Amino acid sequence: MTYVAIPATRNRRHEFFATLLRSGSFLAGVPIVVFWVFCSVFGPHIVPYDPLAEDVLNALGPPSSVHWFGTDQLGRDIFSRVLVGSRDILIVAPLATIMATAVGTVLGLITGYFRGILDDVISRLIEATMAIPGVIVSLLAIVALGTSEGTVIIVIGLSFGPVIGRTVRSAVLAERELDYVAAATLRRENSTHIMFIEILPNILPPILVESTVRLGYAIFAVAALSFLGFGLQPPSPDWALSVSANYSMISGGFWWTVLFDAVAIASLVVGVNLTADGLHGALDD
Amino acid sequence: MSSFLARRFAYSLVTLFVLTLLVFFLGQVLPGNVGRAILGPFADQKAVEVLNHQLGVDRPLLVQYGAWIGRFLQGDMGQSYIYRAPVADFVIPALGHSLKLAAVAFLVVVPLGIAGGVVAALNINRPTDRIISLGGLSAAAIPEFVSGIVMVLIFGVWLRWLPISAAWPDGAGALTQLYYLILPAMPLVFVLFGYIARMTRAGMIEALDSDYTRTAVLKGLPWRQVIWRHVLRNALLPTITVVASQTGYLIGGLLVVETLFRYQGLGSLIYNAAKGKDFPMLEASVLIIGLTYAVATLIADLLYSWLNPRIRMDGGQ
Repeated sequence: MTYVAIPATRNRRHEFFATLLRSGSFLAGVPIVVFWVFCSVFGPHIVPYDPLAEDVLNALGPPSSVHWFGTDQLGRDIFSRVLVGSRDILIVAPLATIMATAVGTVLGLITGYFRGILDDVISRLIEATMAIPGVIVSLLAIVALGTSEGTVIIVIGLSFGPVIGRTVRSAVLAERELDYVAAATLRRENSTHIMFIEILPNILPPILVESTVRLGYAIFAVAALSFLGFGLQPPSPDWALSVSANYSMISGGFWWTVLFDAVAIASLVVGVNLTADGLHGALDD
Repeated sequence: MSSFLARRFAYSLVTLFVLTLLVFFLGQVLPGNVGRAILGPFADQKAVEVLNHQLGVDRPLLVQYGAWIGRFLQGDMGQSYIYRAPVADFVIPALGHSLKLAAVAFLVVVPLGIAGGVVAALNINRPTDRIISLGGLSAAAIPEFVSGIVMVLIFGVWLRWLPISAAWPDGAGALTQLYYLILPAMPLVFVLFGYIARMTRAGMIEALDSDYTRTAVLKGLPWRQVIWRHVLRNALLPTITVVASQTGYLIGGLLVVETLFRYQGLGSLIYNAAKGKDFPMLEASVLIIGLTYAVATLIADLLYSWLNPRIRMDGGQ
């Protein structure tokens, strides 16, 4: 995949945003993401009930005018829990993505700029780690290190890093042949300066796209780990945790205890992926 | 061709080596004092040391790694901490169960994904294409337990068409087993459909744009024959690699799906081992998965190079 870096001229940048605003997937994805970010920030102030308040007498009540989405087995209001349920995952997944982006950018800059034997060795290692099923190794690492939000961030950050590194590397490979890099070399700038001050600003667009794509995967991974009990921990009103706590009861007909949370997760990941798709499309044009 | 094979084989070995190092480090070095972990915080220090010696975890790391790999190669995967029984007795049957579920998912999703990609490519940039492409993208983004729950609600709880647990009665025939596996396979199909359809679509578009397709059209070949004989053949090549590379994902997906449907496969084995900190079981399962994945990608690459004369002839540069 080749990315075209956006020259700093006004015209091209204008064109990029114009394409972005014509992209259906971008326009569909962004409002969904903005909605959940808004809820995670202001949710606690706008929900009708305390998401953690138990009311055992009204447990497992179906959706009604009082409890729009019903209540769970502890009598907690599901509508309130769903609205604030994005809080933790929207902290953990972006932090993991930022870490992966940092790791990947450094890896990609080094392998792409220096090439040679260092590139060969690191690239082979990256390929080897990418061939390993990520969720499984993440799980092993989390069990070994103990379950905590910090562990989840580090494990996902490290396992996604190499993937971003590969994208950054191919962008660097194209960029290092350009005149401005040759000029910097002639000025006897050192490699660190050339990599981080000269090349990095020019490859930010493909890095941004790749990070957005990875953010989608990070949300997917954190949700899956939380569902299995190795991610976010109770009493967080996290959606995946709620599904995990209630899914054994759906054969009893208590569908409202899982359906709204499931739909909420689906909408968030689809929103992020549509946004990434739009960014990708605008960059490729 | 032979140099391509040799290099490809070497890659698989490097990958497996890195995997064993990772598993050894995560499973045997990081957890710290194994004896203490098994016996608990109040056990006598002497008992802990005796157990550590029995388990061999007081030896140098390199010796432990060598012994561990040596035993694994001879089929001894160690003793489960929880069941106090050989790990292999659990891992091998579980692998069989997981492969059965994976096979059902693949049998459904491969034709479906290819068909989706072909239809999308033939209608490029029309609404049909946008629906298939965006639908596939969205389906691939949704975690399996989310789509799984929704499918269970629709087909298991409301319509009552399908059983909501994958545990079929003892002695059930192949068809009954298949009936029980339909619902668990669905979330896997959703995720894989998007990937396969996208690759097929990209391959089709490239092939449709090529000179040989133009030649075939210009020499008056019927459109249907152009598609079947010329376009599809070339378009499906990259799809093979995608199908194989998705086995790695598939196994991660199995972890969630098997837990959701209480299916006794490798995924639920790993889940239970992780819950009980049963490291020998975890390590063996992860290695078996790595091995399965390495074999699957190797077969795919061999198939790819065999079907693609460009690689078969010139050594695959």
